Amino acid sequence: MKNKYSIFSLIKNAFSNHENWQRAWRDPEPKKEYDAVIVGGGGHGLATAYYLAKKHNLTNIAVVEKGWIGGGNTGRNTTIIRSNYLWDASAGLYDHALKIWEGLSQELNYNVMFSQRGVMNLAHNLQDVRDLKRRTHANRLNGIDAVWLETDEVKKFCPIINTSQDIRYPVLGGTLQKRAGTARHDAVAWGYARGADEMGVDIIQNCEVKGIKRNGDAVEGLETTKGFIKTKKVGVVAAGHSSVIANMAGLKLPLESKPLQALVSEPVKPIIDTVVMSNAVHAYVSQSDKGELVIGAGTDSYVSYTQKGSFNIVEETLKAILELYPIFSRMKMLRQWGGIVDICPDASPIISKTSIKGLYFNCGWGTGGFKATPGSGDLFAHTIANDEPHKLNAAFNINRFVSGDLVDEHGAAAVAH
Amino acid sequence: MFLISCPYCGERDQSEFVSGGEAHIARPKQPTELNDDQWAEYLFMRKNIKGIQFERWNHVHGCRKWFNVARDTSNDKIEKIYKMGEQPPKI
Repeated sequence: MKNKYSIFSLIKNAFSNHENWQRAWRDPEPKKEYDAVIVGGGGHGLATAYYLAKKHNLTNIAVVEKGWIGGGNTGRNTTIIRSNYLWDASAGLYDHALKIWEGLSQELNYNVMFSQRGVMNLAHNLQDVRDLKRRTHANRLNGIDAVWLETDEVKKFCPIINTSQDIRYPVLGGTLQKRAGTARHDAVAWGYARGADEMGVDIIQNCEVKGIKRNGDAVEGLETTKGFIKTKKVGVVAAGHSSVIANMAGLKLPLESKPLQALVSEPVKPIIDTVVMSNAVHAYVSQSDKGELVIGAGTDSYVSYTQKGSFNIVEETLKAILELYPIFSRMKMLRQWGGIVDICPDASPIISKTSIKGLYFNCGWGTGGFKATPGSGDLFAHTIANDEPHKLNAAFNINRFVSGDLVDEHGAAAVAH
Repeated sequence: MFLISCPYCGERDQSEFVSGGEAHIARPKQPTELNDDQWAEYLFMRKNIKGIQFERWNHVHGCRKWFNVARDTSNDKIEKIYKMGEQPPKI
């Protein structure tokens, strides 16, 4: 049983110079056999393991991770959480996640620093205005809070935005989801890891999957750098490397992996207390609790696994940021990085069974997977445990690319691609 | 970010080009004769290789011609550039 984190445990540990905190999770060697193995120790993978143990009583399971947990896209995203997607299926999926976020810190006894500071999406041309108003109406029909703001209301909500009508892409209004916001991304991985570990889940780091062993059409186990692990169920949550794992099993996925970049500035005093996104000029910005501006740039147009990204992409994003926020003109950028995102043709994820029995994929989250972490884990756990999708992820099966029943969310994805 | 040697214009910055994705996916001669699985395979499924990938590029801000590139997607190093219609090189 793990010690509960509280103000009292904080005070108690202060007396021993914080040297006696209990380990948050073990560092086990893999057993010979598990009931299920999750490939990928990011937020989604760890959440999947947590809900498999918690809701489906599958505790003889493991998470295998090539590097260290939360070291991939979980630690590389811009931490934005929202659910204002257009279609019913997406609204169900992303709002399911948002509802779990609202009680997650209490559930995990781990402060994920979920902050409902609101997310504003700006419109810069007549088509933006029409599309965003339509999305607002669709959101409200699905019970998701969304309001349309005129230009003066945008200015009132976020005073540092340049709402002059003389700029190249003037702000013509925007939408606001007040329940949306940000969370501390590392804490999400650590909180789920701690919770899963407590229920007996083995989290095995520095363990890379090298092959998937099949017996006919069924999974038999995984070849890893720490030896063979026997299991009948494998849930793959490998983000940008999903296709690499799929190729090991002889499967092809409708994915392309591309670098997506983000950057942070030097820390400054509080200046922007919300998240502002703009698809048309491709700029979005928020401020971390440390005071850094967190800025999301776009994807490169070509397939690459380099985790770098091109300089011209950053340059374009900063140009747009400077036009919208002239106050940032002398800010220095501290760090820039890239992550590999797996993009589906319809900009919606895949949470699905496959043609191979016991092999499940949760992938294709593209540029916006962080926001869905708790919901994704919950629904993927349901799919693995029951060998059937939950009704909220039934539409996100891999067969939609055969049936043509796509969930086109290019308009609601914050990064144009 | 890297340089690409256009077979018609010479070495230019990658930002002058657009990627057309995986190469050597031939459009089916009789799409009406395909079943849904075969059509989905042609339209959506991609190898998305980490390693040497054969892909199409277009010099969109130059001569606007298409050509093929063999590129290592794990480090963006270009191994070979060859024209449309040519067979992929053995690498």
